Amino acid sequence: MNIEAIKAIYFFEMARMKRTLLQSVISPVITTSLYFIVFGTAIGSRINEVGGVSYGAFITPGLIMLTLLSQCIGNASIGIYFPKFTGTIYEILSAPVSMAEIVIGYVGAAATKGLIIGLIILATASLFVDLTIAHPVMMLLFMVLTAVTFSMFGFIIGIWADNFEQLNLVPMLVVPPLTFLGGSFYSIDMLPPFWQAVSHLNPVLYLVSGFRWSFYEISDVNPLISVAMIAVFLSACLGVLAWIFKTGYRLRK
Amino acid sequence: MSSIVSIQKLTKTYANGFSALKGVDLEIREGEILALLGPNGAGKTTLISIICGISMPTSGAVLVGGHDVVKEFRKTRALIGLVPQELTTDQFETVWNTVTFSRGVHGAKANPALIEQILKDLTLWDKRDAKLRELSGGMKRRVLIAKALAHEPRILFLDEPTAGVDVELRRGMWAAIGRLRETGVTVILTTHYIEEAEEMADRIGVISGGELLLVEEKRALMQKLGRKQLRLELKEPLESLPPTLAALGLTLADGGRGLVHEYGNGAGEGRIGAVLAAIEAEGLAISDVATRQSSLEDIFVSLVGERP
Repeated sequence: MNIEAIKAIYFFEMARMKRTLLQSVISPVITTSLYFIVFGTAIGSRINEVGGVSYGAFITPGLIMLTLLSQCIGNASIGIYFPKFTGTIYEILSAPVSMAEIVIGYVGAAATKGLIIGLIILATASLFVDLTIAHPVMMLLFMVLTAVTFSMFGFIIGIWADNFEQLNLVPMLVVPPLTFLGGSFYSIDMLPPFWQAVSHLNPVLYLVSGFRWSFYEISDVNPLISVAMIAVFLSACLGVLAWIFKTGYRLRK
Repeated sequence: MSSIVSIQKLTKTYANGFSALKGVDLEIREGEILALLGPNGAGKTTLISIICGISMPTSGAVLVGGHDVVKEFRKTRALIGLVPQELTTDQFETVWNTVTFSRGVHGAKANPALIEQILKDLTLWDKRDAKLRELSGGMKRRVLIAKALAHEPRILFLDEPTAGVDVELRRGMWAAIGRLRETGVTVILTTHYIEEAEEMADRIGVISGGELLLVEEKRALMQKLGRKQLRLELKEPLESLPPTLAALGLTLADGGRGLVHEYGNGAGEGRIGAVLAAIEAEGLAISDVATRQSSLEDIFVSLVGERP
């Protein structure tokens, strides 16, 4: 294991993020505050409670997940795409590092940043609503697993993408609808049965539901199923990465 | 001298069917400066990419320090520093950070004193906190060299190090490479500039169309393939070559104003006296004498040009 190389990649990425930390923190904080104002106040005045918690508190886990997903995917994909784009990837490819070490460095840094911003959103949310966290350890576990899984997903996108449009495709066009339709702002109990069934095909449902359970012990699906589903996504990403390592897909000619 | 890089029957065919290397065998000796000459698309960069691990070979083997570049990549890549052809830099990074990163990613423990020395040697120390996008092209090139040296490699690959670099800087870079060689580092450089190879290299390899046409000691190559020409300007033009001179192999040039004697390739040197004596005997008056030695460039053009 080339620990020095993992450290070099990790801290290089963290330094890159530090340069843009202000903008990457301010924008999600403002967005989240807007959600609270628009959804929490406007809609929340009509929906008093969902599953026994105030509407503002109900949507908090979903909002954190939304930010966590898009931050992790965005950071990890740009982290590996940018060296590909500028050509500096030559250095990593000619260094004595294995692909696994490269992934640990990039994914570790992207997940770390995602987690930091997720926790900042949590702190922001606590200014607007009364939060209770029933299972703090499980909450952190959900966050860490989600951050790692979707940073890996972002890394895969970064390797696959040939241009900036492809790079933005998933974070811009796929993540928001899945999050909105994944029970972030409502309990899927409120939906007609057909759409309830459709919602179960949405991976984000399991993330949000399990994460919300760790706060309020209310969930759309059994939290164990949520953990299992995250494990499935994690394995799927690991599988794709293993294939990329083996074939050198889009990296080594 | 032992081989530090050993390339055996190396081929590379890209996914689109293009065959970039067609069975290259090459032994690179420890401590030498080897120049690889070749036209664009000859396979120089592909060859370097495979040795450094950026591309995978289709068949054949490359050993670096006795280790296989695919199976034992950790050992081989730790020995190698690479300066790529393109000025690929992370525009927003500082010089110090990017060079420090290079050392780390090669698995070497942090050593700020060494990085400082490298930056000073390449006259980059004043720019250590500058972002790369603020640097001139020549400075960026030196940053790439500093990055390649940061993990103290035993072998340095320079892929067209002086492309687009002005004359003064080019000389400075040659001097820096010369100093590196004194520390025992093996240097392999690819270049279009024959002058560069002629100035620096111990041995010269010529690549064209994915094949290594030859590898020779520079001096031996010049001697073997170099031609010399003795050219005599006549005061009065000749209508035809006198038979005594034709017998010595002389030819007429410039509409009878010049006499040309070709020698070299290890033949004809001894005849210069006879040529001069014959001209004297013919009573020809000479206004000027010039000799010319073919450069590596001529040799290169004739080698590559001979190919279909």
